[in-house]
Amino acid sequence: MKINSPLEAYKYLPATNCGECGEQTCMAFAAHLIDRSKKLTECKPILEEKFAKKFKELQTLLAPEIREVEIGVGERAVKIGGDDVLYRHRLTFFNQTALAYDVWDTMPENEFVERVKKIDDFKKFYVGSFLTLNMVAVRCVSKDPKKFANAVKKVIENTDMPLILCSFDPAVLKAGLEVAKDKNPLLYAANKDNWQQVADLAIEYNVPVTLFSPDDLDTLKSLAVTFAKMGTEKLVLDPGTFPTGKDLKKTFTNFLKIRRAGIEGDKDIAYPIMAVPLTAWMTQDDVVSASYWETVVASIFTIKYGDVMIMHSLEGYALLPQLHIRDTIYTDPRKPVSVQPGMNKIGTPDKDSPVLVTTNFALTYYTVESDLASSKINCYLWAIDTDGLGVEAAVAGGQLTAAKIKKGIEDSGFDLKKDTTHNSIVLPGLAARLQGDLEDETGARILIGPADSGRLPGWMEKNWPPKPK
Amino acid sequence: MTKKTKLTDIASLFKDLNIESLDGVTIEGDIELNITGGGGLNPALAYALGQEISHISLHMANIGRILGYPVDQLFSQAPGMGVAGVTTPTKTTMQELLAAKFEVSPIKNWTNPIQEVTLGATSADGGSRKSTVTLGGENALPYYFDAEMPHRNYITMDVFDMPIGMAKAVKSNYEDVINDPAEWAKKVVRDFNADMVTIHLISTDPLIKDTSARDAAKVVEDVLQAVDVPIVIGGSGNPQKDPEVLEKAAEAASGERVLLASASLNLDYERIAKAAVDNGHVVLSWTQLEINAQKELNRKLMKQCNVPRDSIIMDPTTAALGYGLDYAYTNMERIRLAGLMGDDELTFPMSSGTTNAWGAREAWMVSSPLPQDSEWGAREYRGPIWEIITGLALSLAGNDLFMMMHPTSVQVIKEITQTLYGSIESKTVDISNWIGAEV
Ligand code: SF4
Repeated sequence: MKINSPLEAYKYLPATNCGECGEQTCMAFAAHLIDRSKKLTECKPILEEKFAKKFKELQTLLAPEIREVEIGVGERAVKIGGDDVLYRHRLTFFNQTALAYDVWDTMPENEFVERVKKIDDFKKFYVGSFLTLNMVAVRCVSKDPKKFANAVKKVIENTDMPLILCSFDPAVLKAGLEVAKDKNPLLYAANKDNWQQVADLAIEYNVPVTLFSPDDLDTLKSLAVTFAKMGTEKLVLDPGTFPTGKDLKKTFTNFLKIRRAGIEGDKDIAYPIMAVPLTAWMTQDDVVSASYWETVVASIFTIKYGDVMIMHSLEGYALLPQLHIRDTIYTDPRKPVSVQPGMNKIGTPDKDSPVLVTTNFALTYYTVESDLASSKINCYLWAIDTDGLGVEAAVAGGQLTAAKIKKGIEDSGFDLKKDTTHNSIVLPGLAARLQGDLEDETGARILIGPADSGRLPGWMEKNWPPKPK
Repeated sequence: MTKKTKLTDIASLFKDLNIESLDGVTIEGDIELNITGGGGLNPALAYALGQEISHISLHMANIGRILGYPVDQLFSQAPGMGVAGVTTPTKTTMQELLAAKFEVSPIKNWTNPIQEVTLGATSADGGSRKSTVTLGGENALPYYFDAEMPHRNYITMDVFDMPIGMAKAVKSNYEDVINDPAEWAKKVVRDFNADMVTIHLISTDPLIKDTSARDAAKVVEDVLQAVDVPIVIGGSGNPQKDPEVLEKAAEAASGERVLLASASLNLDYERIAKAAVDNGHVVLSWTQLEINAQKELNRKLMKQCNVPRDSIIMDPTTAALGYGLDYAYTNMERIRLAGLMGDDELTFPMSSGTTNAWGAREAWMVSSPLPQDSEWGAREYRGPIWEIITGLALSLAGNDLFMMMHPTSVQVIKEITQTLYGSIESKTVDISNWIGAEV
């Protein structure tokens, strides 16, 4: 983005404060343009003919430094790139790293289909929704265009996920494109030998294409400049992912350099970057070591500027950290850390239902809430105001105390003696040390719950209703 | 293209379009095409004309090339060609890659180096350690090409003064030493390659065993006897008891330049700072995910307690992957950037309680508690990698010292941080044809 204050954007807006965009004033809308929480097209008046010039100018000024590239079609299409900053706290990172997993055209049919389905299906619940994988990368190992086309067809039959077609042979890519031409797949890849033919394909079929130039940024830039001249800017850059040692350090440096140059305004290289952590498998023999190293490499390039990645391991212990590190880096740091303190009813609690407390740290609160809700435990759950800290940290730091819990419950107008039959509170296991104090403060019976709310169902079976003393 | 076109064909070309007159279009001498008349030109005609003329120009360009004229250069200089935001691709044929030089400048406002802090003292400096560990000294974000990183990352492994609850995958490594902190310390150095040892005096908590500060200090002495690497001394986290416990421990370890963990705003940090200064130790300045609190505490340690700059390390708090690592990561990154850009209250090396990663259920639960989830995979592999990725993320944010628990995690974090540091040779592998690799 070439401008950074709402005032600069405001100059281009109609200045009528008509409110059609949902904001009270054009200035308020301008602020949303700058923090990228609204799109210029949400201002309908500026789309009118008489503002055409201003619209175009402002749109150019607002365009992200790194180009946005779309892959795939329909609901599961992914956008990559589109970033404006080098550090997430300066704004946020946009378009989370797209995770592609490989299949190859020499796989036996049943294994092939099973693998595609596994990539398609994988999901992990987290803070209200599911973390999932994004794409399938089809590798041509057979060197046979027909076999490759067949493999691509099989993927399309089994998933709506976007595709990456991987071969350095233009004939193979063309065969794949013929099958997938309506799917807007990403081509992988043009290099310094095949670039003319691959460029022709990318332009003819109007699909995005990866430029591959291992550890040679001059050639990578030449390719990008040439492709742009030839008529396509739907480009993804792969500077090569060397999986070990000093070569990996060089790869890391290349990623830093490309993104820094792009953000600082070198348009010629301001494209999304691809990492191929799969190369870790070329240096490790057993599945666990390879999966570990691949995850490590993938995490580095999720944090430092990889926009799309091709990987191999479908082991749960590798996918979980990959999905979570991506979420970590792409979570908008501007979103609130905490939930509203107070009482929440889970299910339909009555006087016999347990009273639980936790903190108002959003992650903690949502985790506890989803554990309770998914195992259908009717209860009252308090989010105690801990300034948005988790249980363990808040106990250690004095933000979760007996007095705060008592106040939290009283502030909701809840009376343990009148509103429950059991007059008891279930403390998180990690807050066990507050038991004595809380007993003194409230006069209620204090039960110690499990250290992890995932164990609440088992705990309830054993400990609820509380046995008379 | 199959059709050959000559300049003189242009006229007949127009004839083919079956139009009555070329209103608004004139062709002047040197093939200059003027198209005028707002809206006068019929769109079908304009399209057809445009297409034909483009084709002709491509042909001409090819003729130009054959004659040896640098056509592509001409095209690339022409205004409006290949500009950003082309929506429908229009093809331009190229014979050769356009030359380009990649350039990027180093960051200019990283002008302030991070403070160097040494842990451990050898006999030459009045201690009994065989080796020391120096942290900090960076002039750039970790592993960046802008400036050489002076010291690698180090790992201190946790030892507790009593058996504690641990994830199964962790516990299985320590069952033989769980009742003997000195043996435990020996084991992590000898078998697991720990650079340092952290002795956590958790039994001193009045709510646990209320071990006296004097007895706890004995454990510190035992550990110092057992290993010759630098050590960290941790309290129980009880704000009332910790100052006393750390005071006694600091005296017992006098001259060894240990890291005292920790001073924080919610306890009597002055006492802890004084214990460190009086006995030649380093203070761990611990705050909870709040950059301003970190500045405040560092300032108090320096101004109010006279702790020298070379005796402060920060722990801005580590949250586990999936449980607030985004805050921990960004907090550290902001602290390090602020330090590099000149904020002298934040130019200290950082330490991470990476062990906290084991609090994540993904690290220790047998399987997901939610039936909708896909398979989580074997937990003996899930735990260590949770600790690894938590640590790795923070290493990229600027963390220098890692407090860790699982031997596999320690080994992998060492491997990857030293790889990025630049001290590990590569395995030879030809990635140029990874597509066809058998994996
Ligand atoms: S819709 Fe456009 S003109 Fe109307 S208030 Fe919003 S920004 Fe201003």
